[in-house]
Amino acid sequence: MILSLAAQGTQMLLVLLLAPLLTGYVRKLKARLLRRRGPPLLQPYIDLRRLLRKEAIVADSASWLFRVIPYVVFAVSWVAAALVPTFATGLLFSWSGDLIVIIALLGAARFLLALAAMDVGTSFGGIGSSREMMIASLAEPAMIMVVFTIALIAGSTQLSSVAAHMLVTGVGLRVSLALALVGFMIVALAENARIPVDNPATHLELTMVHEAMVLEYSGRHLAMIDLAAELKLLLYASLIACIFVPFGLVLGAAGPQTYAVGIAAYVGKLAVAGTMLGVLETVIAKMRVFRVPNFLGIALMLGLLGTLLLFVSRTL
Amino acid sequence: MHGLDFDVAHMLAGGLVLVSLMMLYQDRLYALINTLALHAFILALSVAWQAYIHNAPHLYITAAIALGFKALIVPAALRNIVFRLGIHREIETVVGIGVTMLVGIGLVALSLEVMLPVTTRADPLAREDIALALSVVLIGLLMMVTRRNAVSQVAGFMSLENGIVLAATGAQGMPLVVEISVAFSVLIAFIVIGIFLFRIRERFDTVDVGALDSFRGEHE
Repeated sequence: MILSLAAQGTQMLLVLLLAPLLTGYVRKLKARLLRRRGPPLLQPYIDLRRLLRKEAIVADSASWLFRVIPYVVFAVSWVAAALVPTFATGLLFSWSGDLIVIIALLGAARFLLALAAMDVGTSFGGIGSSREMMIASLAEPAMIMVVFTIALIAGSTQLSSVAAHMLVTGVGLRVSLALALVGFMIVALAENARIPVDNPATHLELTMVHEAMVLEYSGRHLAMIDLAAELKLLLYASLIACIFVPFGLVLGAAGPQTYAVGIAAYVGKLAVAGTMLGVLETVIAKMRVFRVPNFLGIALMLGLLGTLLLFVSRTL
Repeated sequence: MHGLDFDVAHMLAGGLVLVSLMMLYQDRLYALINTLALHAFILALSVAWQAYIHNAPHLYITAAIALGFKALIVPAALRNIVFRLGIHREIETVVGIGVTMLVGIGLVALSLEVMLPVTTRADPLAREDIALALSVVLIGLLMMVTRRNAVSQVAGFMSLENGIVLAATGAQGMPLVVEISVAFSVLIAFIVIGIFLFRIRERFDTVDVGALDSFRGEHE
């Protein structure tokens, strides 16, 4: 009991500590690929510390929602990220680590952030919210279809049992899983405001989506929102790692040494995911906002097709 | 039925359906022709895999025909036609890609719904191949219905024929004579369509089949 509580606590701290590092790694890698030196690897931590020390400036027209929402968004994102099995499955709160729950938590965070963006009444906040909602309304059905595909294969939406199923029973070569993986990656790019959908490094008013929403925030509020965004990126990387490449995951309760091996495997998987993201963002260009529906439509189509192809698979 | 044999066959057949849907998405002619070549290439792989697991050497000839004719010669000829018609830079105005894709998915669901109940006694591999082949055929027809450019309609026709070959190999292959004559009739059909393309172009200065409708007085 004590040990499983400690393992769960380790996982919560681990995701919180690793999230800025993953973002910093992707930024550094993108800069190196463009032959720039780039910010130091630990820059996101330095940014967070600086923002926490600074004074938070709040617009006169802001209501209490504007001040509360950064903390709620951060808390929700942290809980969601901590529920995904990162290095082990048999943790204390694994029973609540369900795909539907995680989608709902992220949806709640997105809703609150869009609300806060419109609270002050500036035009940028409105644009950002409406675009974010457009992308979300397309990404969520696609995500649900992908989850259905995975749930039909694994017989559960609970992440621990999905990972255990993939790891132990050997699902073989499944075209549905490949389709689900590609669909999942498209959704992850859209949800994290990464390059073909949104550019995380821009403040150009015509194109920004996520940055337009958080433009009014400063100081500790902005630190909370930045950390929540970094946690969300880590969460999607861990989800893909947990469902599609669960190798190295510790099943059930184990000792500290086994957990250490699991954590090493997890950090390795994050490095691979970060490298893939950095290379992808370097080689492709951002698409027009009006082409995003087609892009996310592909993810929805892949999810649907994956589910349909399951009906003619080995269970025939 | 060995697990892996079935899985690979299933993956290739599913890949063929996926490439069919990708064809619906393309709005540039060269990209469409490249996708058609990929379609034929996956068909050749699928047929070769069936030849391997059923130990049926004559299917290798079918695979070679698919690879040689459909993946290399026909796309090269289509590219040549597109270039000579001077439409290689045109972007086709496809209306409602999203709706068309959803209809395509619906056709996949329909063909599974139709084919799986009527073939309950058959070998699982044949069932799966026939169900997916029917959806490839239906998506090819959908492609021919929704496109207005005659070259895209030819591409839809070619992908439809690929679906028929997939169905035939799933049912332990058709006789070689039939197979070769089908391949040649498709090639002849392709040549005839190619000639017609140039005739249409000479007569109407476009390969948009909408021009034919107005010539018949349908949009008056």
